[in-house]
Amino acid sequence: MSLFSNITLGQYYPGASLLHRMDPRAKILALPLVMIMVLLADGTAGFIMSGIPVLLALLLAGIPPGTYWRGLKPLWAILLIGLAIQSLTYPGEKLWQWGMLSVSREGFILGMKLSYRLSLLILSTMLLTMTTTPMNLTAALEKLLQPLKKFGVPAHELAMMMTIALRFVPTLLEEAEAVMKAQQARGGSVSTGNLNQRLRASVALLVPLLAGSIRRADELAMAMEARGYRGDTGRTRLKQFKYRPVDIIVLTVLIALTIVVAADRWA
Amino acid sequence: MPGIIDIKNLYVSYAPGTPIQRHALRGISMAVEKGEYRAIIGPQGSGKSTLLQVMAGLIEAEGRVSVCGKDLRHKKNRDGLWRQVGIIFQYPERQLFEDTVFNDIAYGPRNMGLSEDEVRRRVKAALEAVNLDEEVYCLSPFKLSGGQKRRAAIAGILAMEPEVLLLDEPTAGLDPRGKRQLMDLFSNLCRKKQVTLVLVTHDMEEVAHRADTVTVLYRGRIAMGGTPKEIFARCKELESIGLFVPFAAQLATSLQAKGLPVRNMTTLPEAEQEVARLLKGRA
Repeated sequence: MSLFSNITLGQYYPGASLLHRMDPRAKILALPLVMIMVLLADGTAGFIMSGIPVLLALLLAGIPPGTYWRGLKPLWAILLIGLAIQSLTYPGEKLWQWGMLSVSREGFILGMKLSYRLSLLILSTMLLTMTTTPMNLTAALEKLLQPLKKFGVPAHELAMMMTIALRFVPTLLEEAEAVMKAQQARGGSVSTGNLNQRLRASVALLVPLLAGSIRRADELAMAMEARGYRGDTGRTRLKQFKYRPVDIIVLTVLIALTIVVAADRWA
Repeated sequence: MPGIIDIKNLYVSYAPGTPIQRHALRGISMAVEKGEYRAIIGPQGSGKSTLLQVMAGLIEAEGRVSVCGKDLRHKKNRDGLWRQVGIIFQYPERQLFEDTVFNDIAYGPRNMGLSEDEVRRRVKAALEAVNLDEEVYCLSPFKLSGGQKRRAAIAGILAMEPEVLLLDEPTAGLDPRGKRQLMDLFSNLCRKKQVTLVLVTHDMEEVAHRADTVTVLYRGRIAMGGTPKEIFARCKELESIGLFVPFAAQLATSLQAKGLPVRNMTTLPEAEQEVARLLKGRA
């Protein structure tokens, strides 16, 4: 319906699956493990071992496969270009030739590996944000960064910035849509006309959007101060995170798998 | 006879095919005549704004919608509709963007491809209509006061001289005087220039005093339709869906409840007459 309703990339998908119920801290910790595994994996065994946890998670999340598909859609171009560049430039046994261009066997395999890794990385990141509310995500991040505070890492401020940024994404999209419609009603549609008209139309969209963001930032700062916001001094949380057995099991299995994949690579 | 706005069996749903899907409008059929002043009322989330945006060709919908003789099922017709149909959104001042007030108001007319002379004539006329002084023409729209910004934004739509004007709570947040001036301006456009008006509002007094006809929306469906007098006589029903009736109608209902012989009334002059008649009868 609306211009932005088809942005599925990583938007929270309500549900009560095992993945939804996991401790968000465990999910955040699991992501780099999966990433390391995917990047280290080489050869059939490694690829299968790193693919299985992602596949399992995709199945367990209770999200219709079509949603993943739509999420990956905008990245098809990148995957295809990567594959093409690898196949065309890597020297090796010629599989196919057309004039100056030739596809090498090694290049093609390399390209496929690259696409496989990229897809897994994107899917696992998507899974994290699709099964965790932004609120929990930032709260967990703050909790995880807590020990680093001693070294001057502003954990709370970082988390607050993330919360605010995430919180205002839908607001900004909504506002963009409203302004777009208002300008469209004055003949300034960004999706019709020649390049010059479209550029002018995008100015008519961006200026009010920017002005609105600044206005909103101002109002938000004022509202926060009015409610006595002083950073995280003395703040308590309604929702306390607690690791459950399933979180420990998942993390242990992932660590074990990562070690196996690493061993497989260097063995 | 088909109206200038003709809607048959309209359905609109947001986010179809996802768990957050919801129907904004279900099975709306209505017609607005040329030169009519139509008010659309309803509680929050009843689909008023969505309906207005469908009429402006800004939303794709299921069902048959024709505005100014154009079938809005075709994208081409929706995209070109802005030349005939003006829409003033809530807080229209948020759409201001040009370097000067003049240029901002000229944005629509220039997009219409009018000559610069004609653009200048229309911008001046629109600025006069909304009561903005000549001094502000060259100011940045961001330098204006809140009320002035609103009026400048509204002038930007009026300068396109639309046949149909769709208003989504155009006076929200204005002071009473500014409100009255703007509502008078819209009424004049309707009465003197035969501009068809569709007004979405929460202000029942405005509806009672100005509109020809009223459509009541409730949960995406049409709950009632008729003249303000007919609608506001159904005080109980309106209250049950979370709407209030204008003061005069409340007065009529409570006087009738006390067994006093008063007619149904919706406007203050009517109330005045009735009360005077009642007092005379006593004396």
